[in-house]
Amino acid sequence: MSNSMVFRYDVDGDDFTLAGEISSKVKKRLKQLGLPPETIRKVAIAMYEAEINMVIHANGGTITVEVSPETIHIIFADRGPGIPDIDKAMEEGFSTASHEVRELGFGAGMGLPNIKKNSDKMTIDTKVGEGTTIELWMEVC
Amino acid sequence: MELKKVQEILDATVYTGGDRLEEMQVMEACGSDLMSDVLAFVKEQGLLLTGLQNLQVVRTAEMMDMEAIVFVRGKVPNEEMIAAAERMEMVLMTTELPMFTACGLLYENGLHGGKAVEDGE
Ligand SMILES: Nc1ncnc2c1ncn2[C@@H]1O[C@H](COP(=O)(O)OP(=O)(O)OP(=O)(O)O)[C@@H](O)[C@H]1O
Ligand SMILES: [Mg+2]
Repeated sequence: MSNSMVFRYDVDGDDFTLAGEISSKVKKRLKQLGLPPETIRKVAIAMYEAEINMVIHANGGTITVEVSPETIHIIFADRGPGIPDIDKAMEEGFSTASHEVRELGFGAGMGLPNIKKNSDKMTIDTKVGEGTTIELWMEVC
Repeated sequence: MELKKVQEILDATVYTGGDRLEEMQVMEACGSDLMSDVLAFVKEQGLLLTGLQNLQVVRTAEMMDMEAIVFVRGKVPNEEMIAAAERMEMVLMTTELPMFTACGLLYENGLHGGKAVEDGE
């Protein structure tokens, strides 16, 4: 597509307090581009959940956001431990988050279901010991 | 409800956005210590009451387009949180009251909780 834009970011896996910076940047960008608030909200929620997952479960990774007039396509790629059982991970309430993460208000096992809910299409490609790639598509509504 | 009224009802100390309290209105509020829940269920609520004190609380509120956060039971936002909230033009305040009482007082004065996402659609 001629008028699509691609943004690429590295996510630092060391510092949980920094998690969300990329989502915040992208949210501002989409606002500047004048996308509809409902679309921006969906992207912001899904991105923030996936970005946090990358930090707390996979020690960081990269996020690529492709914005076209009709669709927003986001790729989250990490080289973390991978997800052994995707069906289980997608269940509400399933979490392997640490005690520290729970104390900060996360780790309820709501992230992946929430990402799915806020996207029009979601795919998870994962291999134990190699990493996880999650792709999302949101229609611009 | 005007944020000024929220501040008065809770006798709260304001850390950011103090000059805008009269202009800002919230229609609904949400009380939670679980950011996972806030991200999954908040819809229109513009005000978050929480007993958690870390930067992710501010980020979560940002993602959900919330206008203000009240920290309950005397939790004071740190410098990082204040700087972030200032950039986002978000109001931060602290009340000495515990969560249940703070929510109860606001509710009694007409600020309600709204619906969870699933009911609302
Ligand atoms: N990028 C990832 N790499 C490895 N494991 C992952 C990744 N993302 C999710 N998981 C696994 O899937 C589980 C469920 O993820 P989900 O986001 O739904 O919940 P959570 O992150 O544990 O808690 P919450 O999202 O409510 O804070 C995680 O606990 C973790 O075991
Ligand atoms: Mg998660």
